[in-house]
Amino acid sequence: MTEFFVILISTILVNNIVLVQFLGLCPFMGVSNKLETAIGMGGATTFVLTLAAISSYIVNTYVLTPLGLEYLKTIAFILVIAVVVQFTKMFIEKTSPLLYRVLGVFLPLITTNCAVLGIALQNTAKAHNFVQSSLYGFGAALGFSLVLVLFSAMRERLAVADVPVPFKGAAIGMITAGLMSLAFMGFSGLV
Amino acid sequence: MIDFLLQHPILSALTALGVLALAFGALLGFAAVKFKVEGDPIVDQIDALLPQTQCGQCGHPGCRPYAQSISEGEAINKCPPGGQSTINEIANLLDVEAPTLDEEHGEESDVPNVAYIREDECIGCTKCIQACPMDAILGAAKQMHTVIADECTGCDLCVEPCPVDCIDMIPVETTLATWKWQAPDASHIIASDRTGAAA
Repeated sequence: MTEFFVILISTILVNNIVLVQFLGLCPFMGVSNKLETAIGMGGATTFVLTLAAISSYIVNTYVLTPLGLEYLKTIAFILVIAVVVQFTKMFIEKTSPLLYRVLGVFLPLITTNCAVLGIALQNTAKAHNFVQSSLYGFGAALGFSLVLVLFSAMRERLAVADVPVPFKGAAIGMITAGLMSLAFMGFSGLV
Repeated sequence: MIDFLLQHPILSALTALGVLALAFGALLGFAAVKFKVEGDPIVDQIDALLPQTQCGQCGHPGCRPYAQSISEGEAINKCPPGGQSTINEIANLLDVEAPTLDEEHGEESDVPNVAYIREDECIGCTKCIQACPMDAILGAAKQMHTVIADECTGCDLCVEPCPVDCIDMIPVETTLATWKWQAPDASHIIASDRTGAAA
């Protein structure tokens, strides 16, 4: 039980996928302008990341390893992720047309979110078992959603703040992200 | 089978990826049927916000076709009967900036209008009946026509076709049943605004 807790804490805070490992920066900067969109994107990414971590573990353990095809894992995982994202897209289009419209192009772009592939590859590199893999994916997705929501809340404040002209817009967003990253570095040594 | 594949790495790689792709393709095909979207739900939501006057001032034959083309990217500021409030609601739904009303398609009138046919001048040509999107005009060929005021949405479409110009758009009169208190003047609600106005 403690082990699972440690995995969650370490993926959410200590090894945060965005602010410490610098994966998945595109949606982090792109979809963080509005809090509601960020929450939607966080939810969709959580769904995709967890599912992708689980299914890539299954593909790796039951298809690639028995046949001695570990060298194919990158291309196989990309295939898995593309399918999971497409499935999620169909699911959201059916269940929440509004979220589907708000997420727009960023939904298919989860395919190229390197965080998803990164988590799948890290799972094989760290030789996680099934439960560890899914927890690792879920924790990383929670960490992603957490910083995405925090960051978008700050950007909503920044939109009305009196920022010096050269720093307006994306520039101050980058600086804020850097400061957040510094803050999250402070969690190292927690676990 | 497994032994054969293990001895031929290229074959096993091709087979493994091929089978994976086939399995995932089947899954997606199943999902496409299972999660098939009937129509476009966003069109229904936009259609519900439009005023349903079916007036055609936006350049579409009715409110639903306009909702359809909004969902395909047309400007949302072409609906004079709905006015600014409808534009704001649609902008909120679609998560875009609310533009002001496009004057090209007509002006938003402050008071609702209703069509009135000066009946002694009517020649009974039925042209206004054909133009009315709401079937709010009653009459027959060579017979006098009249407007059913409750059904009329004040869209102006019957004024243009009338050959003798006997149709007027008159403001709806306030009756005891429709009268309301005036909304408070916003500039007098906040105390600091009042002192600012005085100074």
